[in-house]
Amino acid sequence: MGTQQAGDAFLRNLDGLRGHTVASRPSWLGELRGAALGRFTRLGFPTTRQEEWRFTDLSRMLSIRFEPACGGASDGLASEAWALVHALPGPRVVLVDGHFRADLSVTAAGRGIVVDSLCRVLRDSPGLLAPHLAHYAPWREHPFVALNTGLATEGVFVQLAAGAVQEEPVHLVHLWTAAGKARVAHPRALILAEPNSRAAIVESYWGSHGSVSLTNAVTEIVVGRGAVLEHAKLQEEGDEAFHMATVQVHQQSRSSFTSHVVFLGGSLARNEINIRLEGRRCRCTLNGLYWARGRQHMDLRTRIDHAQPACASEELYKGILDERARGVFNGKIYVHRAAQQTDAKQTNRALVLSDQARVNTKPQLEIFADDVRCTHGATVGQIEPEAMFYLRSRGIAERRARQLLIWAFANDVVGRIGLAPLRTAVEQLLTAGDGLSVGPVAGRLP
Amino acid sequence: MASQEATIREFAEQEYRWGFDSRIDSETIPPGLDEGVVRLISAKKGEPDWLCQWRLRALRHWQRMREPTWANLRYPPIDYQQIVYYSAPKSPAGGPQSLDELDPAVRQMFDKLGIPLAEQERLAGVAVDAVVDSASVATSFQKQLAKLGIIFCSFSEAVRRHSELVRRYLGSVVPYTDNYFAALNSAVFSDGSFCYIPPGVHCPMELSTYFRINARNTGQFERTLIIAEPGSYVSYLEGCTAPMRDEHQLHAAVVELVAHEEAQIRYATVQNWYPGDREGRGGVYNFVTKRGICRGARSRISWTQVEVGSAITWKYPSVILRGDGSVGEFYSVALTGRRQQADTGTKMIHIGRNTRSTIVSKGISAGRGQNSYRGLVKVQRAAEGARNYSQCDSLLLGDQCGAHTFPYIEVANPTAQVEHEASTSRIGEDQIFYCRQRGLAAEDAVNLIVNGFCKEVFRELPMEFAVEAQKLLAVNLEGSVG
Repeated sequence: MGTQQAGDAFLRNLDGLRGHTVASRPSWLGELRGAALGRFTRLGFPTTRQEEWRFTDLSRMLSIRFEPACGGASDGLASEAWALVHALPGPRVVLVDGHFRADLSVTAAGRGIVVDSLCRVLRDSPGLLAPHLAHYAPWREHPFVALNTGLATEGVFVQLAAGAVQEEPVHLVHLWTAAGKARVAHPRALILAEPNSRAAIVESYWGSHGSVSLTNAVTEIVVGRGAVLEHAKLQEEGDEAFHMATVQVHQQSRSSFTSHVVFLGGSLARNEINIRLEGRRCRCTLNGLYWARGRQHMDLRTRIDHAQPACASEELYKGILDERARGVFNGKIYVHRAAQQTDAKQTNRALVLSDQARVNTKPQLEIFADDVRCTHGATVGQIEPEAMFYLRSRGIAERRARQLLIWAFANDVVGRIGLAPLRTAVEQLLTAGDGLSVGPVAGRLP
Repeated sequence: MASQEATIREFAEQEYRWGFDSRIDSETIPPGLDEGVVRLISAKKGEPDWLCQWRLRALRHWQRMREPTWANLRYPPIDYQQIVYYSAPKSPAGGPQSLDELDPAVRQMFDKLGIPLAEQERLAGVAVDAVVDSASVATSFQKQLAKLGIIFCSFSEAVRRHSELVRRYLGSVVPYTDNYFAALNSAVFSDGSFCYIPPGVHCPMELSTYFRINARNTGQFERTLIIAEPGSYVSYLEGCTAPMRDEHQLHAAVVELVAHEEAQIRYATVQNWYPGDREGRGGVYNFVTKRGICRGARSRISWTQVEVGSAITWKYPSVILRGDGSVGEFYSVALTGRRQQADTGTKMIHIGRNTRSTIVSKGISAGRGQNSYRGLVKVQRAAEGARNYSQCDSLLLGDQCGAHTFPYIEVANPTAQVEHEASTSRIGEDQIFYCRQRGLAAEDAVNLIVNGFCKEVFRELPMEFAVEAQKLLAVNLEGSVG
């Protein structure tokens, strides 16, 4: 089957849910949706013959008949999810099975700050969305972004007025309930931080084991002049979940953007972060951690476009692979001709714990300016026998020593998460279950 | 630093020094490629039927393939029917018996290039198998090598005299199905070098071949095959310069290396084909497939390349590390000035246990040159204890050029240690200032800094080549700072 036919079939598969869920008013939105779906059909369903998808085989997805998700009950949700929800007392928007749940959401926010469901904003003040929605994410080039643009039914809108400061982090919660059917949702987020505003935004994705779901998320973020935005994304979906996501960030001059990505769940999960540094003297920091076990496939990609002079970017991505897991990292730094005095640093490390795990790493530098300092480093390795020996020689049992070393590897990234409640939640997820069931987190060494 | 910029501009705009057109009587067939042409080439060379059939299979495969587009290169489509696939200098029947019988024009051409073909026999050290266009014109030192059982001859001669060896190894490392340009080469290759080192023999001299494209519109499709039997050693040098041409010339070579147990092959290249003029007119398209296989345990293959010329370079010398404890190395300096484009790098495929590989790549971009490093380090399931270290550094001279890195790392064994580092920078003003302050001309300062940048690679070259490589860079850097 060619990519186009596969794309057609996939779309037809989803077509059943199109008519009754997709709003096509106002008219600009209808046109946009039509164009995006047309684009998806032309681009076709990705295959491993395409460079961008070489290591991530989605053909499994084609054989599944996804059905529209109905708003589910909120019970039976992961307790970790609620723990994090309660630990972050600020504004939040909760989507359950892709549907907005006003009863679980808190949309009251500080002065000059809007936090709401995308549908409500579309109904009440579509003028806020028209100049921004789908203006940033590459729906013309990326099949899943096109699909989201065409089919998104719900999402989140966050706007920070110029100079506004949101003290409590904003939490965007995406939950899948347990169900017997395969379901799909295309959540869309638009985050606008106007000049000199400041906020932290946490997106978390949760699911339940044994239920097949596809999350196809797109988040568009604009960081205005001098604004400071911290964005964290935690993905802990169920073991049968597909997660495809694109986070598109446009930074204006002197703005600062920090991203944390933590991927622990899902069967096949892919996250793309594209940063465009479109003003002078921007700073951006990307941190990422994934831990893949079982037959999980995790694909984390970043692209930083240095389009203007004197910007700095720093990136640290780490992956832990166990059992039969597969990890993919693709990090591109693109320095445009105008972007002199660029300072870009990228580090990628993978820790392979089993002889059945696989990792594919592709750090890329594309540089068209000469007055730059760009470096990247990538390593793939196992637990160092010397470090292990050191711990063993001090009387620490092998299993525990191993856990300590894995924890140390992960903590390099986790420790950079500034939001304490989120950091604690990640630490707990990492140490729960078969994971690192020890107490280094609490500092309780035996 | 206006003067520095001026120098860099001059550097980038250097005229090609080796561009002259030697008039050699040559035998040429009309342009175009079909089965008839392949049969004609095979017949002209008096090849056995199996080779002719192999060429035809390659041609049929090639006709079904599409030209690859994944490389970071931009060039107009190549019309493969406009290329002349065979051109050989005419020589008296039976071929030259000694250097004195060579066509004087060929001799003159080599003299202009400064290869002391005649001298070398006297001065010793290097045996040259010179390839002008397609046919091998002269092979020296054969007798001395023959005493040790080493076979070093043109590919055609090897087909005639060592047919079994050729048949056994031809296409065993780079099958004709490998890629578009390898398939094309397999169908139409005209000549090249063949080298066989018997077990336990340490080849006492650097073997060398000199390629030069001469006749107009002639593609150069040479094929090199080196076999190192257990415990043997050989160091092989390949150097290229090509005369100035307006049309783009296609060069699609294949090099295959086979290293058996504990054998070592060192393969060094200095490539200085015509890079095209300032506006990107003319220049050689260099699409080369080079691959070695470490078949036996503890065998070792090392590639060293200095890529200075060609309008387009598409080249990934690779090593398949199949034998346990085998070692692969890749050292590269690639310089792109004017509108040159290079997409070059290596592949290290770790299959055996405790295999090691090292990659050191230095890219220098100037003018409007675009320089890409593309590399693959693949560690397969069985490759216990594999180790790789990669380093690729880029130096940018000027604000119109680009430097890109595309390293792929694929690991399927947890005991593997793979490290990759890359950096991109330009020559620091402070570095130039430091040299200037000590009385060095700005130009010499740039030279010194560039040479220092490439030092790790030059160190791997045999002495004669290291000197030539440094000279080549110096020539290209001439007048690049003021």
